[in-house]
Amino acid sequence: MGRVVLVTGAARHLGGHMTRALAKDPAVDRVIGVDVVPPRKGIGDADFIRADIRNPVIGKIIRSADVDTVVHMGVIATPVQAGGRAAMKEINVIGTMQLLAACQKSDTVQRLVVKSTTSVYGAGPRDPALFTEEMAPKHPPTSGWAKDSVEVEGYVRGFGRRRPDVEVAILRLANVIGPRIQTAMTAYFSLPIVPVVMGYDARLQFVHEDDAIEALRIATLNQSTGIYNVAGSGIITVSQAIRRAGRPWIEVPRPLLGIAGRSIGSARLADFSADQVRFLTYGRGVDTTRAARSLGFTPRYTTARAFEDFVRGHGLRSGLTSRAVELTESLAFQVGNATERLTQSAGDVLQGATGGRRA
Amino acid sequence: MPEAQVIPLDGPRRRPGSPTTPAAKPAGRIGGAIDFLRRRLTGDFEVDEFGFDAQLTDELLLAPLRPLYEHWFRVQLRGIDNVPSTGGALVVANHSGTIAMDSVMTQLALLDHHPAHRHLRMLGADLVFQTPFLGEIARKAGHTLACMPDAERLLSSGELVGVWPEGFKGVGKPFSERYKLQRFGRGGFVAAALRTGSPIIPTAIVGAEEIYPMIGSLPPIARLLGLPYFPVTPTFPWLGPLGMIPLPSKWIIAFGEPIPTDDMPESAADDPMLVLELTDRVRENIQQSLYRLLVQRDGVFL
Repeated sequence: MGRVVLVTGAARHLGGHMTRALAKDPAVDRVIGVDVVPPRKGIGDADFIRADIRNPVIGKIIRSADVDTVVHMGVIATPVQAGGRAAMKEINVIGTMQLLAACQKSDTVQRLVVKSTTSVYGAGPRDPALFTEEMAPKHPPTSGWAKDSVEVEGYVRGFGRRRPDVEVAILRLANVIGPRIQTAMTAYFSLPIVPVVMGYDARLQFVHEDDAIEALRIATLNQSTGIYNVAGSGIITVSQAIRRAGRPWIEVPRPLLGIAGRSIGSARLADFSADQVRFLTYGRGVDTTRAARSLGFTPRYTTARAFEDFVRGHGLRSGLTSRAVELTESLAFQVGNATERLTQSAGDVLQGATGGRRA
Repeated sequence: MPEAQVIPLDGPRRRPGSPTTPAAKPAGRIGGAIDFLRRRLTGDFEVDEFGFDAQLTDELLLAPLRPLYEHWFRVQLRGIDNVPSTGGALVVANHSGTIAMDSVMTQLALLDHHPAHRHLRMLGADLVFQTPFLGEIARKAGHTLACMPDAERLLSSGELVGVWPEGFKGVGKPFSERYKLQRFGRGGFVAAALRTGSPIIPTAIVGAEEIYPMIGSLPPIARLLGLPYFPVTPTFPWLGPLGMIPLPSKWIIAFGEPIPTDDMPESAADDPMLVLELTDRVRENIQQSLYRLLVQRDGVFL
């Protein structure tokens, strides 16, 4: 029997790619993409239904199409995408509640996959180097997307208790990055001058957009349950990332980061909320052992390679900084050579002076 | 479009400094320094999941401390062979000296003078990682927060881990209490060693107590700056920056016989009685070596 999969958030980048990937999969009979806005690009062989998951119409769709698997990717990360923070919160929280209510009533739904984020772990000085799935946050997020995601996960856990017969998997993705995707993080690194927190160098983890979709696809099609961290292996620090991208940067004291960030042109999408500033100060790392062992997913891109692909895809490497590096390097090279020659001739002179016989 | 920008970067003009053509660049220290500079500027270096930047630590962070180690404190090492060359192990030492100079000197000792040149990964208080610059440097130098998950992760991945269980009580104690070990925390380090079956190496450091003899403390200023204490020494803050020069005491770092933990039962880490007992044993061991070394040393500064 083929499967019928419903994907929420299908009009956006990851949702759209996910819908297309599932539509191509022979194990899946039918894919239904749902979102409040129409998709910008086609979503392949999938059906698209323009519906607001905030109202009960979602229940009708699930019932009439005999949906057996629901993939919830409809949690929005930035207020810009939703048209304000109030609308964003409503889509994220009320939308999830409606979706779960519909799933609870359904006799056909057997599996629920939820895309969440590692930002539910918060960020702070008392964090362990790497979070595993069962660890509680030391500095819980207080606002925005991260807080919404904590609430969404709470509702999903509640659903799991009420419908223990439905398999539930939650994927906590690290910051998704890549050549095409636009997020608060890609906007941050694309700023003409990147403001960084003075005196701190946050540890970052990225997951490549292709890996993110692959992880979600695997989770949709197998029977794994529970919570999984998904991130590229390895760590990259903010300063390292900026240098690798060849971006100019400015060191800003932490209380001023938000102001500095917002005043730099084209900072519309970049996020300088309190939680994001904490993240850019302390960073975060997650342990992905469980995803490799029980979910059967190992990312193709390491954190560093995912970032590299983002830099390449967005054409970020600015000529200015790479020329500066080149100049410094050639200067150092000249100085080095000169010093070498100088020490050599000084050695010769010394040898002559001490009476060494030379031809 | 992006290719148009990438090509000149790797073009022939760049070759002289790039590591792929080592013959073309100046040899020796200068060549190394240029290569180092280039790698720093382009982000071409690796950090591990704790944020440890081995290249930066070895070549830059520890470099200014080497003369201090060799010529100022004239550190003598004893029992360096008690530190294993491979695998996880826990170095536990006494803490003193107003600022944690003893820990970085121990790190330097193990990197430069241990036959396997081991990096000591220290566990620090959250205050360290909360403080700007200090926290950043600490992470880059390979240190992480003193918490159970990090201690276990480091030990089980075969790293040499350093703990100073007295914490601020040890570094910030008055000069009159020198070489008297303070309380050893809650024994978390022992539990981590037990869980991972790593040996504990009790280590005694003599000499660090005298570098900044703390004769008083100014709690209001400490509160104002958010510090655990604000030291007053015979020279600080009276002489300003000059008062920050440490006194040239002669140091001994003695690594003791390892205490094995892999022969303990599986559940040992969850037995508070056993953990506290072992904690006490380690503490007593260090205290005894301190007394022994103090008797042996012939002068504080000479």
